[in-house]
Amino acid sequence: MTRDGNRLTSWRPSFWRGVFYLLLATGLPLVAIRYSQGLGRVTNLSDSFPWGLWIGFDLLCGVGLAAGGFAITAAVYIFHLKRFQPIVRPTVLTAFLGYALVIVALLLDLGKPWNIWRPIVMWNPHSVMFEVAWCVMLYTTVLLLELSGMIFERLGWQRAAHVQHAATIPLVLLGVLLSTLHQSSLGALYLIAPTKLHALWYTAALPWIFWTSAICAGLAMVIVESQLSARAFGRHLEMPLLTDISRALLVGLGVFAVFRIEDLVGRGALHLAFQPTYEAAMFHLEFALGVVLPFALLLSPKVRSNSRGLYAAALLVVLGFVAHRLNVSVTGLEGASGGHYVPAWSEVAISMMLVAIGFAVFGLAVRYLPVYPVAAAEGAPAPAVRPPAPRPGLVAGRAG
Amino acid sequence: MLTTTRPMALLIDITRCVGCKECVRACMEEHGLPGDYEKITGLSSKSHTALTARGDLYVRELCRHCLEPSCASVCPVGAFEKTAAGPVVYDANRCMGCRYCMQACPFNVPKYQWDKAAPAVTKCDFCAPRLAAGKPTACAEACPAEATVFGAREDLLAEAHRRITAEPKKYYPQIYGEKEVGGTSVLFLSPVPFEELGFRTDLKMTPPHLTAEALAKIPHVVSVGGALLFGIWWITNRREEVARVESEEARARRAARSTQSSAREEERHDS
Repeated sequence: MTRDGNRLTSWRPSFWRGVFYLLLATGLPLVAIRYSQGLGRVTNLSDSFPWGLWIGFDLLCGVGLAAGGFAITAAVYIFHLKRFQPIVRPTVLTAFLGYALVIVALLLDLGKPWNIWRPIVMWNPHSVMFEVAWCVMLYTTVLLLELSGMIFERLGWQRAAHVQHAATIPLVLLGVLLSTLHQSSLGALYLIAPTKLHALWYTAALPWIFWTSAICAGLAMVIVESQLSARAFGRHLEMPLLTDISRALLVGLGVFAVFRIEDLVGRGALHLAFQPTYEAAMFHLEFALGVVLPFALLLSPKVRSNSRGLYAAALLVVLGFVAHRLNVSVTGLEGASGGHYVPAWSEVAISMMLVAIGFAVFGLAVRYLPVYPVAAAEGAPAPAVRPPAPRPGLVAGRAG
Repeated sequence: MLTTTRPMALLIDITRCVGCKECVRACMEEHGLPGDYEKITGLSSKSHTALTARGDLYVRELCRHCLEPSCASVCPVGAFEKTAAGPVVYDANRCMGCRYCMQACPFNVPKYQWDKAAPAVTKCDFCAPRLAAGKPTACAEACPAEATVFGAREDLLAEAHRRITAEPKKYYPQIYGEKEVGGTSVLFLSPVPFEELGFRTDLKMTPPHLTAEALAKIPHVVSVGGALLFGIWWITNRREEVARVESEEARARRAARSTQSSAREEERHDS
């Protein structure tokens, strides 16, 4: 169990490896069909439902779950909360993978993906989508630069690592600004459709709702990830840190809940949540799952200091967040479009393949890059894990 | 140079429409769209206009060519353009296929070629090439009942108002498209309230203004946010520096004190 603790990247057959290859084997042919025969072949998208799962889940959730990246880097570098330093790398890595997932999803979802670069030269500053496009490009670059220190360190490029380190503060500052703009602009996308999006979700405050909920989801993701990597790689963060994050999450959820309810009351739309409609049911699902339940759980200090309890609460936040994004992008639009949208199995399969690739890349990164602090065992006894044995070819070939 | 600089429009008088679908036929012919025009039931990538029966009335579906088009405002690459002559035109060569135009259009007009590997958005182009040649739209030219007429928008508005005042019993007193979403270049007259014909009557706002408000905040977020973040960093950084210096000083004092006391100890031992 020394080197083979890593289930995804070891060559030993395992359940998750099997799942990964199965998803790849299903997804890749579907991708080929999508490119050769059009979107209609593999998706349930239609003229009345032009955006489906790939936008609602892959894009909106991918970006949102990456929000931990800017929240944690801001805490550590701008607010000097140095005790969160060990979390910086895993969250920035997650954020980068989230954005990479978004770009891949866009390459699948855009009708003419070969024109994806067009917003660089064909400007339309009146378009929220134009802002989104620029934020994706710039923030992915910033994340890559933030990550590069880790890679330079691994390769032994001292000078490059030094330069990267010196640029940390400006990079973090830029990252926080870009993220804030991007998270909120995803909500702003829907401001154009006041007559289509159901009043339980349409509000002028959509940008802020997206921003605050993304911060909550991002923090929750840090906890979820730590638990997952503890299981898969035997590497994780100490409980006291996660407990601290869960306190921030508790505050975040409270702010979000007040904000959301106040907005509904202010617009006189709260009564819509208490009518026997499909939308009201979905609203309750979203709010109970992502806000009420985890808030109640996290109120208890016992839950906050218990790794299983924390994991459950954080997972609920993430699920509720996904429900919110899907409600905005699918549920809330169904009424006006006059039809139901249920993703085709092939849409789901491709999305699952992308998520699986994300997990696999995270696994590879944890294995080969200094993502988690090697000497994590300050107080809490970390599981006996040695730093990954360096791959000779990688270091010897490049170093020097 | 004659009347072409005045923004053109269509006036569709639902009281006059006989449901012959000549407009649909002419449109498909003009745009080279294959298929049987009699079987067209709605807008799709195969038809840019359609005629829907509502009781004994017929309602035309087509792009409204808004004065402030949502599609043009949301397109990240500027593939849509509201031309001075009136038409909202689309350039498939610029398009990257994000379909935000479809999501944004308050009338659900843009349709997509879901079955193509290199798809485009499709919609009525107001026969822009015909207009440029000084001709009316194909549908207006084909209409045998003058239910769809082509002309300058202000002239058609005046004509519509004239019809409503002349025959108040025949017309519902509203021109749909005069004010909706900030005004459109396709105007409707109806004998019954428009909601009975499936028209949305909650389009008092101009959608592009809603996103413009959000976009206008970007410079503030960047400038105020940037300054705020830098300020916080500066303060916390300074605090840390001060703390470091203080702890160093404290350590130095402690070291000095301990050497002093040890010296005293030694003295005592010596004596």
